[in-house]
Amino acid sequence: MEDIRSQLLKKSKKAKLEHFGKALSLLCISFIVLVVLAIFYFVASKGVTPFFKNGVKLSSFLFGSEWNPSAVGTDGKPIVGALPMIAGSFIVTFLSAIVATPFAIGAAVFMTEISPKLGKRVLQPVIELLVGIPSVVYGFIGLSVIVPAVRSVFGGTGFGILAGTFVLFVMILPTVTSMTVDALKSVPRYYREASLALGATRWQTIYKVVLRAAVPGILTAVVFGMARAFGEALAIQMVIGNAALIPENLTTPASTLTSILTMGIGNTVMGTLENNILWSLALILLLMSLFFNIVIRLIGKKGAMK
Amino acid sequence: MSAKKIDKIATTVLYTISAIIVLILASLLLFILVQGVPHISWHFLTSPAKSFEVGGGIGIQLFNSAYLLIITMIISVPISLGAGIYLSEYAKKNWITDVIRTSIEILSSLPSVVVGLFGFLIFVIQAGMGFSILSGALALTFFNLPLLTRNVEESLKAVHFTQREAGLSLGLSRWETVTKVVVPEALPGILTGIILGAGRIFGEAAALIYTAGQSAPALDFSNWNPFSISSPLNIFRQAETLAVHIWKVNSEGNMPDGAQVSAGASAVLIIAVLLFNFFARFIGARIHKKITSA
Repeated sequence: MEDIRSQLLKKSKKAKLEHFGKALSLLCISFIVLVVLAIFYFVASKGVTPFFKNGVKLSSFLFGSEWNPSAVGTDGKPIVGALPMIAGSFIVTFLSAIVATPFAIGAAVFMTEISPKLGKRVLQPVIELLVGIPSVVYGFIGLSVIVPAVRSVFGGTGFGILAGTFVLFVMILPTVTSMTVDALKSVPRYYREASLALGATRWQTIYKVVLRAAVPGILTAVVFGMARAFGEALAIQMVIGNAALIPENLTTPASTLTSILTMGIGNTVMGTLENNILWSLALILLLMSLFFNIVIRLIGKKGAMK
Repeated sequence: MSAKKIDKIATTVLYTISAIIVLILASLLLFILVQGVPHISWHFLTSPAKSFEVGGGIGIQLFNSAYLLIITMIISVPISLGAGIYLSEYAKKNWITDVIRTSIEILSSLPSVVVGLFGFLIFVIQAGMGFSILSGALALTFFNLPLLTRNVEESLKAVHFTQREAGLSLGLSRWETVTKVVVPEALPGILTGIILGAGRIFGEAAALIYTAGQSAPALDFSNWNPFSISSPLNIFRQAETLAVHIWKVNSEGNMPDGAQVSAGASAVLIIAVLLFNFFARFIGARIHKKITSA
């Protein structure tokens, strides 16, 4: 009797195994969440030290146009205007997105509406291969092909925003294209049928019906591409010239947040202002990536409501 | 202009755009292969790099890349498997799951340089591991986890629910059903994802320059004691990978034949990544054929 009683009241082996398994998988997923929190906490706490400890003003950091963290300005504060890098990052991001979007939409329309067969056999593998090419290889090609080309056409050193835009354009093209393809594919077939039945040509159907219906998806794709472009480090660092100056035209050396960051972290001593201020740049990168995420979410919500 | 004419023009434009994209890839690959392949030789693939001198190879970097890849996979595959299982089998529809999904999304969209810097701060500086394979592998794990997890989750979700019901009705617990029925069924998809992730890791550099380091000390390939500093297996040594090497050669420029070395190294990198891609497709199809009756 006692035996049966304890057997009934005790957890079975299976139940124990089940609990163990569930706990194990929960542990794994909490690890990921913890990592994200830790990244935010550590980068943020490092990134705000210059403002609290070194007395740097936030406005002079965000809008100052002179970058020379090792020197002290006339007001006794370090010269840490990050505007050149912030401007550089935004300019290359926007320019490459502007160049890449028509190509991506064109290719996606081709793959879904014009010739699905060729699209699947030729363009799809091409795009997958483009995704797979490592960013340093893009940087190397930029350095050995695009920079000399820009130099011979426009003069100067060839390093600068234009070369950076070219490299980023090719880098984000596959991402934007494949996401646009998904967006176009999710437009219901009967939209097209209805339009064609009304006597619209294929292009009219594409332009007036399919593309309009896919706007939220395409916007998401573009923002995603911009997020990638904004965070890209080594390829852009190799071709942009890394001069912390406000970019005056497209062919003079400029810099981005990521390029100054990769150059600087190794050359500065932990705990000094020169190093801390770099972490503030990293914090901007982090916040921008969060911002792009939120934008994508908002677009998704707005698109879903219709 | 008539609607028909516009339609024709638009079609031509779309064909042109697609042709341009194909052309871009073709010229990229052609450039890399034409520039790089003639430089690849047995000597180039096996000898150590030289600075200020012509004739260095990429032997150590190639080994480091492969070794780092293996270590990263050993750490990240089990974690992402567990996380993927949780998301596909146990997660309920509530705010906690929302938070989890959001964090995975955020982690996957973080710039790799930020992940690298975080690894630098935590492992290299605070944990005192210094520039080492272990620090690099942990940083790469963070970089790899969201993609792998999502891949595992999707592969598991693609398994038909009748399979789970069959397992449960046989008296297996949910965990046993997952590990013994669902995961084997989803294995081809999971493996494909792992191999594609491997390709991505193999070419990653930004997360590594401040975690695994930028120098490749000489290795003694006859010393297989993992605790000796010159042993290739030691996970506490600095390890410059192939992708980092290309970056460093180009940004420091103290190698007289830097252009050739980086062209050769780029070609090796591209070929490796292409191999990973083909392998992923091949293995997925092959395993699926083998373990299903289809």
